[in-house]
Amino acid sequence: MVEHAIDATKAVVTLDVALPGIVWGWIITMNMWAKSIGTGILFVGFYLLKKYPEQAEWIRLPITLITIVFISIFLFFTVIDLHQMFRFWHIFAHPHWTSSITIGAWIATIYNGLIFAMAYAVLIKKDNALFDKLMGVAVVVAIPLTLYTAGLMAQSTARELWQMPTEMAQMILAATLSGSATMLLIGGRLPYEAKRDLAVILGLSALAAFLLYMGEYFLGSQKAEEVAVVLEYVKGDGEYATMFWLGQTFAFIVPMVLTYLSIQNRSTGLLTLASVSAIAGLWVSKHVWLVIPQLLPMS
Amino acid sequence: MKLGFLVDLNLCMGCKGCEIACKVENEVPLSSWRLRVKYVDVGVFPETKRTFTPLRCNHCENAPCERICPVSALHYIDNGIVNIDNERCIGCAGCVMACPYGAIYIDPETNTADKCTYCAHRIAGGLMPSCVVACPVEANIFGDLDDKESHISKYIMQARGNVQVRKPEKNTHPKHFYTGGGNQQLNPLAAEREEGYSLFNNITKLETVGAH
Repeated sequence: MVEHAIDATKAVVTLDVALPGIVWGWIITMNMWAKSIGTGILFVGFYLLKKYPEQAEWIRLPITLITIVFISIFLFFTVIDLHQMFRFWHIFAHPHWTSSITIGAWIATIYNGLIFAMAYAVLIKKDNALFDKLMGVAVVVAIPLTLYTAGLMAQSTARELWQMPTEMAQMILAATLSGSATMLLIGGRLPYEAKRDLAVILGLSALAAFLLYMGEYFLGSQKAEEVAVVLEYVKGDGEYATMFWLGQTFAFIVPMVLTYLSIQNRSTGLLTLASVSAIAGLWVSKHVWLVIPQLLPMS
Repeated sequence: MKLGFLVDLNLCMGCKGCEIACKVENEVPLSSWRLRVKYVDVGVFPETKRTFTPLRCNHCENAPCERICPVSALHYIDNGIVNIDNERCIGCAGCVMACPYGAIYIDPETNTADKCTYCAHRIAGGLMPSCVVACPVEANIFGDLDDKESHISKYIMQARGNVQVRKPEKNTHPKHFYTGGGNQQLNPLAAEREEGYSLFNNITKLETVGAH
């Protein structure tokens, strides 16, 4: 930084009552984490129902219930993060369409309607054809629902670590990672081939997400000083360095290794461990990436 | 009409009169600031200089806070001010995250976002912003940027070549200008923040409702 260049340019802030740093904390991490599972399980469920229609027929009810639970968690944490939570309805009464928050709220509402309709189709009407039609629409809606948070992060000007294309990829990968991991945890009755497919999805999602993080970690500092300063928080003695590597290890490295070993040995025993590791690690890695740009002084 | 601010940093002496006037005028709660004066010490002893920089909302023409606000609580008014409607705000803090200048905060009393409004209520009544009135050296210059005969327009014209905005690369088109300042004053990454070097080290923060 320029203050280190020569004596004449050395500068120290001696009075600045900076506004509070971390505004979006663990509640927003919960929001993103739960949303990843709530949409990801539908992505992989859709794939399984297309590829293994008979062997995977039974998953319709569990994936619907899991989606409802995790989307409810997502919505709960979205609302409680508001400092004026009882004004949440303003988003519907006074929508401002340039905001990713508005877009996300409306899409989440539509998605919620669709998953409850799916629950009606599978639980009460017991109509698989109707369920599959609704699920097709829900999968399409799940894509922007997964991605809107990337738009929100991109709208956070000066938090240069968050760039739209990278965050979009990370959001989708988080969904496929957590969706496949969750499905592996509940999919004991699935045939080996389906579990192998899920393991491949889990392992490749972990690999791709890990590569994106490592790309930022090692090369991000070359594009902007703001990114370089933010990345210092996860490097060396940075206050989030340990947490960052714990997240990377559990979310990506362990699942990559275990899914590889599992496929090599045609054994599914390790997949449970890989799935738990991925789901827990995802929370940690998301949290670190959410918090560190907020440590950067803006003034 | 396009209202704007210019701060002549050659004149500012860091008295914080503007900061206090703003707090009183707008009833800004403890631990929150719509306007604050940053001190930066430049150089190495004995060749040092203390600089003073008033920081407030830049009322950008392309305001990220307005764009990210889900309920239009942050909105433009006809004179170019980015105003805030506290009754509509839901406290999502998107604007706090979007502002590249760190100029927006969550008011711990109303639990809504708040920031400098260029004293829009005073301007509506034909008065100048309170910080302008309080400044003993007239370092704060306020007026219509569209009017070439206004004091601010003439001042900017006279100081041309030495007029800056904060973070121009963010494409926000601020309507808040500085003259007489250096990079260390306007760029937050051009000055170190060493623990123990701040005149105020332990600021008590009032808790807000919601969030974490």
